[in-house]
Amino acid sequence: MISHLRTMWLVFIHLFKKKVTIEYPEQRVALPPRWRGRIVLTKDPDGGERCVGCYLCAAACPVDCIALQATETEEGRRYPEFFRINFSRCIFCGYCEEACPTYAIQLIPDFEMAEYKRQDLVYEKEDLLIDSQGKYPGYNFYNVAGLDAGVKEKGKGKDEEKPVDVKSLLP
Amino acid sequence: MPTIYIDNKPFDVKAGKNLLEACLSLGLDLPYFCWHPAMGSIGACRQCAIKVFKDEEDTRGRIMMSCMEGVKDGMRISVEDDAAKAFRAQVVEWLMTNHPHDCPVCDEGGSCHLQDITVMTGHNYRRYEFKKRTYPNQYLGPLINHEMNRCIQCYRCVRYYRDYAGGKDLNVFAAHNHVYFGREKDGVLQSPFSGNLVEVCPTGVFTDKTLKEHYTRKWDLTNAPTVCQHCSLGCNTISGERYGKLRNVVNRYNSEVNGYFLCDKGRFGYEFVNSENRITQPLIRNRTIEAAGHDAVMQHVRTLVSGHTLIGIGSPRASLESNFTLMELVGKENFYQGITDDLVYIEQKIVDILQSGTIHTPSLKEIEQADAVLVLGEDIWNTAPVMALAVRQSVMKTAATHSTEQVPLPAWHDNAVKELMQEDKGFLANITLLPSPFDEISTVTMNAAPDDIARLGFAIAHILNPSLPEVPNASEALINHATNISKALQQAKHPVIITGTSCWSNALIRAAFDIAAALDMNEKKAGLAFVMQESNSMGLAMMRASSFDRVVANVRNAANVTAIILENDLYRYIPAGEVDAFFSRCKNIIVLDTLHNRTTEKAHVLIPAATFAEGDGTFVNNEARAQRSSQVFMPANKEIKESFKWLSDIKSSMTITANGHDKHPDDLMLALESKLPQFAGVSRVAPPHDYRVHGARIPRESHRYSGRTAMLANMTVSEPQPLQDDDSSLSYTMEGYRGMPPSPLIPFFWAPGWNSCQSVNKYQQETGGSLKGGDPGVRLFEQTTAAPVFSKDIPDAYTPRPGKWMLLPQYHLFGSGELSVYTKGIASLSPEPYISLSKRDAEMSRLNNGDPVNVKTNGKTYAFPLSVNESLPDGIMLLPAGLTGLEAQDWGAWVNISTVIV
Amino acid sequence: MTVMQHIWIVLGVLFVFLNIAAGLIWVERRLLAMWQDRLGPNRAGPLGLFIVLADTLKLFFKEDWIPPFADKWVFILAPAIVVASVLMGLAIVPFAPGIVVADLNVGLMFFLAMSSLGVYSIVLGGWASNNKYSLLGALRGASQMIAYEVFMGLSLMGVVMLSKSFNLTDIVAAQENMWFIVTQPVGFVIFFIAGLAETHRLPFDIPEAESELIAGFHSEYSGMKFGMFFIGEYLGISLISAMTVTLFFGGWLGPAFLPPVVWFFLKTFVFIGIFILMRASLPRPRYDQLIGYGWKLLLPLVLLNLLVTGAIALWLRS
Repeated sequence: MISHLRTMWLVFIHLFKKKVTIEYPEQRVALPPRWRGRIVLTKDPDGGERCVGCYLCAAACPVDCIALQATETEEGRRYPEFFRINFSRCIFCGYCEEACPTYAIQLIPDFEMAEYKRQDLVYEKEDLLIDSQGKYPGYNFYNVAGLDAGVKEKGKGKDEEKPVDVKSLLP
Repeated sequence: MPTIYIDNKPFDVKAGKNLLEACLSLGLDLPYFCWHPAMGSIGACRQCAIKVFKDEEDTRGRIMMSCMEGVKDGMRISVEDDAAKAFRAQVVEWLMTNHPHDCPVCDEGGSCHLQDITVMTGHNYRRYEFKKRTYPNQYLGPLINHEMNRCIQCYRCVRYYRDYAGGKDLNVFAAHNHVYFGREKDGVLQSPFSGNLVEVCPTGVFTDKTLKEHYTRKWDLTNAPTVCQHCSLGCNTISGERYGKLRNVVNRYNSEVNGYFLCDKGRFGYEFVNSENRITQPLIRNRTIEAAGHDAVMQHVRTLVSGHTLIGIGSPRASLESNFTLMELVGKENFYQGITDDLVYIEQKIVDILQSGTIHTPSLKEIEQADAVLVLGEDIWNTAPVMALAVRQSVMKTAATHSTEQVPLPAWHDNAVKELMQEDKGFLANITLLPSPFDEISTVTMNAAPDDIARLGFAIAHILNPSLPEVPNASEALINHATNISKALQQAKHPVIITGTSCWSNALIRAAFDIAAALDMNEKKAGLAFVMQESNSMGLAMMRASSFDRVVANVRNAANVTAIILENDLYRYIPAGEVDAFFSRCKNIIVLDTLHNRTTEKAHVLIPAATFAEGDGTFVNNEARAQRSSQVFMPANKEIKESFKWLSDIKSSMTITANGHDKHPDDLMLALESKLPQFAGVSRVAPPHDYRVHGARIPRESHRYSGRTAMLANMTVSEPQPLQDDDSSLSYTMEGYRGMPPSPLIPFFWAPGWNSCQSVNKYQQETGGSLKGGDPGVRLFEQTTAAPVFSKDIPDAYTPRPGKWMLLPQYHLFGSGELSVYTKGIASLSPEPYISLSKRDAEMSRLNNGDPVNVKTNGKTYAFPLSVNESLPDGIMLLPAGLTGLEAQDWGAWVNISTVIV
Repeated sequence: MTVMQHIWIVLGVLFVFLNIAAGLIWVERRLLAMWQDRLGPNRAGPLGLFIVLADTLKLFFKEDWIPPFADKWVFILAPAIVVASVLMGLAIVPFAPGIVVADLNVGLMFFLAMSSLGVYSIVLGGWASNNKYSLLGALRGASQMIAYEVFMGLSLMGVVMLSKSFNLTDIVAAQENMWFIVTQPVGFVIFFIAGLAETHRLPFDIPEAESELIAGFHSEYSGMKFGMFFIGEYLGISLISAMTVTLFFGGWLGPAFLPPVVWFFLKTFVFIGIFILMRASLPRPRYDQLIGYGWKLLLPLVLLNLLVTGAIALWLRS
């Protein structure tokens, strides 16, 4: 009985405590930079698309809401022919960002993407691509990959030796 | 059976195997790179290290390469030993020091043996931070991509390309840590088996260039077991689809048929499925709006079918189901093969031989195991390339067995056996019209006209069985060859004779049969293999329908004819004049086909048929093995249906009592068995359509399949119901039975930890052996004790006629196929039309290489540049067969030429 | 009093209590929110008061669905009973001198009778829904309300003995010098607990227990029929609070700087607040605990209270 009354008293004095509610449209939420919101595709320092169409984000996605098709430029640089995220299915788990080997796909602190029609939540590459390097400035996948895809020649990348001269017998 | 102890557990293993094979056969995960079940061990990669203990007392043991150590009874080894594991991890780490960070842009990723093994050994963090070696790449042709940086120097590519497939132009260059695998200079890889490098290479040095055009990871493909459509061997393939397009074809292991390897035509010739030339809409010609819907076309077809004389023309490239449904629709007596009388006669002869049960027809595996091979007339390098690969193995293995009889060496000890063999070869007699790349491994080669080849065959048969008639007027050379060959065949235990239809000579078939039957009487197990022309030529021939010439004769007197032509471009098989004459007699022409061609242009009603990838079908290969090819994907366009579905619809619309249900391929096969008893057993080719494992279907998609909720979201955001496939027990989902499916239903090879094609180890009873549950396919004819009937009719020696040439076809692996040329890469490798004459004939006609020559045949004149062929027998003119735009010729006819330059 | 005055009083009471009941939608949500450190509905209209309007509109425009398997007429009848019985109960409450709908001399008995009728709505609603959860809820409701009816009646007998009347106006008048809370503390506690159980409010909302019975007896109700149960519950809270004030806290009595009717409503709102506070703070007991608590603890206690009150009353009289 006493404990019940004590409970009631303790609950009652919460009437005078500070409220935690943030009155959203007027008051904005402070979103940390690593907040997992809208998904974007970022660009290289040289302005090229970072996405190389490796399909790892699509494979990592637990709700299978990413679909893409890889294609290639003449120089052999891979990019997605189309890249589609169905945000009406997305659960913003961030696995795609974690899986992305090129820092192309990033989740940004923006959640204001409500729509009246579900169909409008299907984002194509034009909707996803932003003109920024996002959280990882200065990174270009092709500088660390072995492939020559028009970004750097063989042997010019980071930690690469000059291409082997097949005709040479020197050690 | 020896018992070995692996980590103190006893296992019974097969004698004569090495420890790696033994461990893999037991289902253990042991990493390896350089070993390949088809190529044996060389111990180059040091990856399969295990500990071997002296005896029970020994606790230290020694690290050894399991691929280089044979199984011995009572042996004690450890796979899980810490030192062995550390050793394996170390080796992978070394291999990875120079491996680039390419996986995201590498086509091998997701089906990469190197990835699998790296994960398997536990090497998951790269400590190496220094410079990586790089290489320049090479252009290796339109089919194979080269990215040399990724190489881990396992030597599998050159061992496969040079030793196994006999290629010359891929080699290893440079020295020490700079070794380079490639060609001397950029250029197209010459071997027709180069595509297998994609699967042989454990990483992404060699990748599929056609896949690169529309790249999809292995886990994203909707796969199904299919049968190759490009020749009569019926190699088993796995075809993968994504976004409604066929993306690639890979090998589906079948120890009896293709084993581990495909030819490039089979691997890359799939693009016709995605071709823009596909028929996508039913058409009713001569209307203002020709495109018609399903119902409209069915209604129109009904008026054309009822009250008319029906003629059905089957197809050697359509499935048994479709051919049989057409036969049922038009009646057996009105069902014809769309090929010439000559070819029907030859094929009928072959079916007669097989059906009589007097001789054994070997599978490709049995050809590999043969110890003497005689190729009689057939250019198998071009018409049945995987058979040529099998024959090459027979030659190499016979020599290897011969060597290891003297020095006891296990057969898997590849390098040692090769050292021992040196230039030794098993017996191969390649008797053909033209020299082929084969000749360099042949003991006996001879180029002659088909009749002369047949005469040689009869001469051999006479030596083997003197009761057979002697060849009249035989030349000295012929007798010499015959003596040599018959001696070798007599010494062999399992001789195989190979012949086929590409010479358009029935004498060859009879001669080959006489040889094989004569050998069989000498207490040998001789095999007689035939090569046919198309993927289901054997199936159609077994239906014993009449030839095209017959139908032409029959329609001459009939009025009101409605012809239904099933997936058959008649202009490819029949000279144009005859086809035109036939069409002019037909009141209505209904054509079902997949691609627009000259026959579909003549159609009054054109119906879009499904390709092999879009439908189920059963195909009978050259050894009369019926095999089921399953639907890979349902075309988004609902107008495209399997021909047998369209034909069933037409049939049920004709009869009021029909129940109108779609017929399962199962029902059709059962009906076929009861109607045509020669097909007994064909209904067992695959489990029935309602087959389930614990109530579950076999999923066509991997458990990693991605994009399910986004693939179609651009059209509508609500996901559609998964497609329902009532024709087979395969499903269009990721859900279903994930264990070992029955072998005819394996949609793709995958095992936990084994994402690459090497996971096939887990599907085999033992490495390199049959698939668990037996290899798929049902052989329709087996040898019985029936006595052979020998042929007495020996042709005269071939004599050139002045001013006339015998016109014969020259088949090209790349170019002669009707469907494979829709792959751009294959089209670019196909030759330009030419006319081939022997050197003497060219000189006599005062012609030089490249001169334009006019040929007159069937009232038409064709002009082509001349290509002088020094090895061609005199009096024969060769035209490339089946090139796009080239009309079918009256093969075997006599033609004359004129040199008037137009 | 003229007939007109009577009609005005009837209409006034109806108007005030129906509005209070509706307003409680907002009050309860705001109070619960504040006790949980939230703000509660504050968007629709000033202070979010229009949430009441929005909610009522919503209830009106929802599909009024009668399940095909339900006993149709009983199903319709049940929600009407709860509202009717509670409104009838309010008839005898004196809000201020002269402001009472029916100044019955057996007012207390009438109140007890009306509150007992309320159980029919639960039993019939649960039965007519033809749904196992509803039926279970109805069973629980019936046994709970019948049990607590007993102590409710008995707990008030002390008040009746002290005021020597069943007429509520007289009972209020008898508290001129001292509120009965002082002389009847046990009676008050038991009446309040029984009142909670009668209105099946949390923590005694066992008939509807959403976590076990998915809303129990009114699972199948929607639209305005559900709204009737909803309003009936708030009316019940108001009635029990008003009765508590009348019987133990001196009704309209209070210092003269405020009119009596204001005193009455002020006191009533305090008890409505306590109802809501109990919902915010106390957990729901198990069903067997509730019934055991009633029969094994409250019944002896209320009888003892009656005995002691009676003895003292007799002693004072002698």
